[in-house]
Amino acid sequence: MPTPAQLHHPDISPEMVSKIDEVIAAHLKTEGAVIPVLRLCQDIVGYLPMLLIDYISYGLNIPRSEVLGVATFYSLFSLKPKGRHTIKACLGTACYVKGIKEVITRISNEFNLKEGETTPDRRFSLEAVRCLGACGLAPVLVVDQDTHGGVSASQLKSLLEHYE
Amino acid sequence: MNKPRIQLMLCGGSGCQATRSRKFQDALEKELERTRLDQEVKVIETGCNGFCAVGPVMLVQPEGIFYQKLTADDVAELVEEHFLKGRPVKRLQYVEPASKETIPNMNDIPFFAHQKFRVMRNKGMIDPEIIDEYIARDGYFGAAKALTEMSPEQIISEMKISGLRGRGGAGFPTGLKWEFAGKSPGDEKYVLCNADEGDPGAFMDRSILEADPHSVLEGMIIAARAIKANKGYIYCRTEYPLALHRLDLAIKQAREYGLLGKNILESGFDFDIEVYQGAGAFVCGEETALMRSIEGKRGMPRPRPPFPANKGLWEKPTVLNNVETFANIAQIILNGGEWFAEIGTETSKGTKVFALTGAVNNIGLVEVPMGITLRQMIFDIGGGIPKKRKFKAVQLGGPSGGCIPAQCLDTPIDYEEIAKVGAIMGSGGVIVMDEKTCMVDMARFFLDFIQDESCGKCTPCREGTRRLLEIIEKICQGNGEQVDIRTLEKLSAVIKNSSLCGLGQTAPNPVLSTLRYFKDEYIAHIVDKKCPAKRCTALLGFKIDPDQCKKCGLCFSACPANAITWQKKEVAEINREKCIECMSCYEACRFNAID
Repeated sequence: MPTPAQLHHPDISPEMVSKIDEVIAAHLKTEGAVIPVLRLCQDIVGYLPMLLIDYISYGLNIPRSEVLGVATFYSLFSLKPKGRHTIKACLGTACYVKGIKEVITRISNEFNLKEGETTPDRRFSLEAVRCLGACGLAPVLVVDQDTHGGVSASQLKSLLEHYE
Repeated sequence: MNKPRIQLMLCGGSGCQATRSRKFQDALEKELERTRLDQEVKVIETGCNGFCAVGPVMLVQPEGIFYQKLTADDVAELVEEHFLKGRPVKRLQYVEPASKETIPNMNDIPFFAHQKFRVMRNKGMIDPEIIDEYIARDGYFGAAKALTEMSPEQIISEMKISGLRGRGGAGFPTGLKWEFAGKSPGDEKYVLCNADEGDPGAFMDRSILEADPHSVLEGMIIAARAIKANKGYIYCRTEYPLALHRLDLAIKQAREYGLLGKNILESGFDFDIEVYQGAGAFVCGEETALMRSIEGKRGMPRPRPPFPANKGLWEKPTVLNNVETFANIAQIILNGGEWFAEIGTETSKGTKVFALTGAVNNIGLVEVPMGITLRQMIFDIGGGIPKKRKFKAVQLGGPSGGCIPAQCLDTPIDYEEIAKVGAIMGSGGVIVMDEKTCMVDMARFFLDFIQDESCGKCTPCREGTRRLLEIIEKICQGNGEQVDIRTLEKLSAVIKNSSLCGLGQTAPNPVLSTLRYFKDEYIAHIVDKKCPAKRCTALLGFKIDPDQCKKCGLCFSACPANAITWQKKEVAEINREKCIECMSCYEACRFNAID
């Protein structure tokens, strides 16, 4: 396996590399550090490119298979780039009972966007998430940091217009 | 510092924050400052109040007046009329839907009046970010008693007397669990708190952590003392940013006060707690998987025995309890096990917190004494079903639980009684369903969830749940055959008997319980190729019944694809070629005219 002495990747800037190095250095002696390190690195870059997985594995001296194994097991980690705006559709039971399925179908049709994927122009990523606990507002859609309650399929277009 | 004349306990739980409580709070604080009332009237952001349906909510103390659905536009009137002139604003108070009567006082509102607060006794009463407020309400007195006056054996015996059972869902007696771990040899032991609340429709643990984080820490300290552990972890979902923030703050404050760390309260006992963030895997709520995850591995369960009480985290004896279980403990130690056992049924003692959601009027968090019936919870506290629809079923226990139909509504809340009707107590998710819910579709929903979250380690769960899902999907598509019902039952039995962990062993429950009570709906899907609740699109005709159509045009304006033609005083018509089957017309029609 090549040892990635330097991280050359279009989505990773030199500032990001130094932050990543700090994260790895801080966790060298911690037991069970893979999950926190992956989380912090993903916060820095936005997602986890394969090259970064290699870099972490090399830095923590943990087999690549194990790091990738953890990264693919947990839904928090994404190996693919995300869009500028993330649409999270709550798949909690309350939202389901109140019709989130129709909302998701509408988004899929409108933007040709499947669950867990990103539009080619990287405008939106669509995620189906577990109960957000805002069941009183069901069905709930979270776009970036904004929570939209009582969403219906027919008002989607005007709702998403604001996110360019 | 002068005590403020009025305290405004504004709910800052996730539900109210989602309904813009922050915006209201900013406006309120500005207005109080402008009117120079900010010394007399204090705004305190509390944890989840529980009545999420009418959020943002605020309690005015000491009067006990309850305001709901607050917006920034209400601020000026509220400050002027109530806080300045002492005239409560009636239009922002709770109105009883049946009698149309305004109820100003929180404790008189039926939603609160029928509850019994123990675990949630501090919710909405204290600022969860200030440890002194918790201490002022007897906080850490239980831990002090356990550490300075009681031996570990006495703590465990008190726990056994209380009859407290694990609130995570399985209901294992807590005292017994502690006894096993206490007797297990080893110098290094761990106390873990399971805050990886993953059941869809459940948010009890999050609300407790947001409203009263110290109660969980205190419970953990007592547990650590009982089994002689020096290190604890709270495994919390990463999707709960507010709970994580408050936990971090609470731990920091407890350390400053010498309630965590070395030599707690001069007792010679050391204990510290660390928060570990999950990374989004439902199976990590299973105890052995959770421990794997803390070790930094893929969160996959392992066979038991050995049980965690003997070999848990890093192969050391470990006690794992749920958030709500820990929140009960300080009061048991302080008031005694017998006090705790006064409430409840023969085998289920104390109270239980439920997240009441779905097709019910008063959505929110409720705490009820064990032994009251499901009917009381849904109709007296929950306020019944909205839109004059009929109750169909209630789902208890999330994906591992089952649906309980109307004829079993008088079942008391009790671990054994609920199991008898085919569901489980579970962690506390209660989802009410009305006649518009298709039970086959519901089973499909839970299977889809389980199948997605199955860790893949054992074959029955990995492959079996996928096959179950395929069959159900086939039925929903209108391609079901009579033999499918039999196959579902057989396959479910295999998965139940042969899966490795609780996730797989309970995975078929949603199928089995809907088959038990709603077989006619399966048959309608399979034989008549109809979905009685009109949810499964493949089985719908998208045709307008001219006899039922009231020619109102609601469907016409709802259709996003311009597939409906309609003119005044004429029956609408759906053009199937343009139709995208989005169901908007079904939702819009008030006369059930679309088939």
